[in-house]
Amino acid sequence: MSTLNERTERYYSLYKENIKRITESSSPYINSFREAAIEKFIELGIPTKKNESYKYTNLDTFFNHDFKSCFIPVTEDFVKAEEFRCDITDLDTHGIVLLNGFYPTIYDKLRELPGGIWIGSLKEAAVKFSDKIKKHFNKYAVSESDGLIHLNTAMASDGVFIYVPEDVVLNKPIQIVNLIQADEDIFNQHRNLIIVEKNADITLIVCDHTLSPQKFLTNAVTEIYVGENSHFDLIRVQNEHNNAGKITHTFIHQERNSVASSNNITLHGGLVRNSTYHYLGGEGAESHSFGLYLADKFQHVDNFVNVDHAFPDCTSNQLFKGVLDDMSTGAFNGRILVRKDAQRTLAYQKNNSILMTDDAKMDTKPQLEIYADDVKCSHGATVGQLDENALFYLQSRGINKREARLMLMFGFAHEVIQNIKVEALRERIDNLVMQRLKGELSRCASCMVKCG
Amino acid sequence: MLIINNLKAEIDGKKILKGISLEVKAGEIHAIMGPNGSGKSTLAAVLAGRDFVEVTEGTVTYQGKNLLEMTPEERSKDGIFLGFQYPIEIPGVSMVNFMKTAVNEHRKYKGLEPLSASDFLKMMREKKELVEIDSKLANRSVNEGYSGGEKKKNEIFQMAMLEPILAILDETDSGLDIDALRIVANGVNKLKRPDTSTIVITHYQRLLDYIVPDVVHVLYDGRIVKTAGRELALELEKKGYDWIKKEVDKNDLS
Repeated sequence: MSTLNERTERYYSLYKENIKRITESSSPYINSFREAAIEKFIELGIPTKKNESYKYTNLDTFFNHDFKSCFIPVTEDFVKAEEFRCDITDLDTHGIVLLNGFYPTIYDKLRELPGGIWIGSLKEAAVKFSDKIKKHFNKYAVSESDGLIHLNTAMASDGVFIYVPEDVVLNKPIQIVNLIQADEDIFNQHRNLIIVEKNADITLIVCDHTLSPQKFLTNAVTEIYVGENSHFDLIRVQNEHNNAGKITHTFIHQERNSVASSNNITLHGGLVRNSTYHYLGGEGAESHSFGLYLADKFQHVDNFVNVDHAFPDCTSNQLFKGVLDDMSTGAFNGRILVRKDAQRTLAYQKNNSILMTDDAKMDTKPQLEIYADDVKCSHGATVGQLDENALFYLQSRGINKREARLMLMFGFAHEVIQNIKVEALRERIDNLVMQRLKGELSRCASCMVKCG
Repeated sequence: MLIINNLKAEIDGKKILKGISLEVKAGEIHAIMGPNGSGKSTLAAVLAGRDFVEVTEGTVTYQGKNLLEMTPEERSKDGIFLGFQYPIEIPGVSMVNFMKTAVNEHRKYKGLEPLSASDFLKMMREKKELVEIDSKLANRSVNEGYSGGEKKKNEIFQMAMLEPILAILDETDSGLDIDALRIVANGVNKLKRPDTSTIVITHYQRLLDYIVPDVVHVLYDGRIVKTAGRELALELEKKGYDWIKKEVDKNDLS
């Protein structure tokens, strides 16, 4: 243990202090992974800039903070969360509200939706659907380099479970509103598992909101299994205050002929790191990874994408765009791995950023590893200012410079937003992005939180 | 309406306009012709307010105001329209949103209320018909993926929406086939009112078969070297620019 750096040591201590409480709040099967995971965490530690995939992201401000404990909810915590209603009235969804990533188990522990879909607490599912959990839990969140994934496996007591049976097409999206709220600074880890069996079609929206001004650090892992011929869209809207750190690791495992997409809309947040892992695990699979990041002040947004082409005839597409203002910084690291047998792979990647000031900074790094010979790959990255010619074109039609800049930034961002297929949500996000670009707070009308 | 007096301008220290004077009166159509590199597009850029061109001498007076002190958007709202030689593609900004914003900025300047959504769409429809623009184009991003001809038609459509007092058309004919040229020229003619003026900047005379100028200027090496009626355009069509170049160069020597 003497070789552990001080920071890793601190989180190991947090584990030791809380492991009894965690184990009691979880299920035996999930608990069975903890010991090996903490060993792995000790080996890898909290990532530093020496870790290639965290090269441009400094986790210090959040991980050096002395969090007294890790968050495990009790029933009273959920009462307030239950009062929250999303105000997108024309957005017809199956909605659930989480508190700090945990399903509110006041009324039910698992809820059944039309078509035999189940949604609820992962811990409860581990008992009720033990065969499914055994087949999928901790099978996709594999990493030899990122200690935070193992820290989550070691310490997350619960999270959200979604099960979509074969042949089920859900016309309404499922919307998860995750409220982040506490009376003290918290370190929060939760674990989600989404299983979409074959020939199914589902859209999942996850909105993260901070509702209290405390310092938050979230380290969340989500595993998603997308069965043969299935269609799965994930849209995530991140809207947290400057004192909130959010680290997400999302693993999307796809079977043959499935189509899956992930869209990370980062409107606000102190430190945001989204790692999205796409595994194309069968012929004809198609994956899309989208992201939009709008940052200002001292915010930092990092998107790490790993696309693994393991089978022939698969297609992948990455599109990440962002606008960085003030002293904000951004990072994009997009890796495409085309394995030896993955012939006729099509893989695209694009990352464009606009810097609004001389102090804003963007680091972008494409990483292509291709071991097959019949492959079409393209990647491109730009970091620049607004197009002066386009700005003049708008002005020459009578539009003032401020408005013209706004229109251009919005148009730039819209290329990502337009991939959202749920129209009411797309319009809402258009509005939130417009507010954000205008320098107003990008919060929904019903949201009372003051982000500063 | 527009008085340009001894206008000199440079780009990155290179002298492009070397003393241009001309006057466009209300209702007139002027053609500015000249070989490549003579300064035609730089003149258009100065009139529209591009900041990469530095005016070093001279004045431009538009309706009694000092044009050079006005921002590009003020010029537009005051009735000047520039038809771009190379219209800019703006991904993600729809034509509808673009034109709605522009039209309402113009209305605000005139002290009018913004148009309602339905009135605006009606106006779009009418103007599209006027300039024979494909109605689907309006739903797309500004100029994105448009053909050369569509881009030029889109310029005329914007002109129809903004109803300028002085339209400056910079090489609007370049890259157009004969049908597109006819549509563009017809649009310009239909939009012409007795009190509005047009400056047509062109390399070739063929556009002037459709848009008949009152005055033709020949620009060469940053100066207007010849001004005459429309017959000058026909003469240039027949004889090319070489005879003018020779005449000017000879005068320079003597």
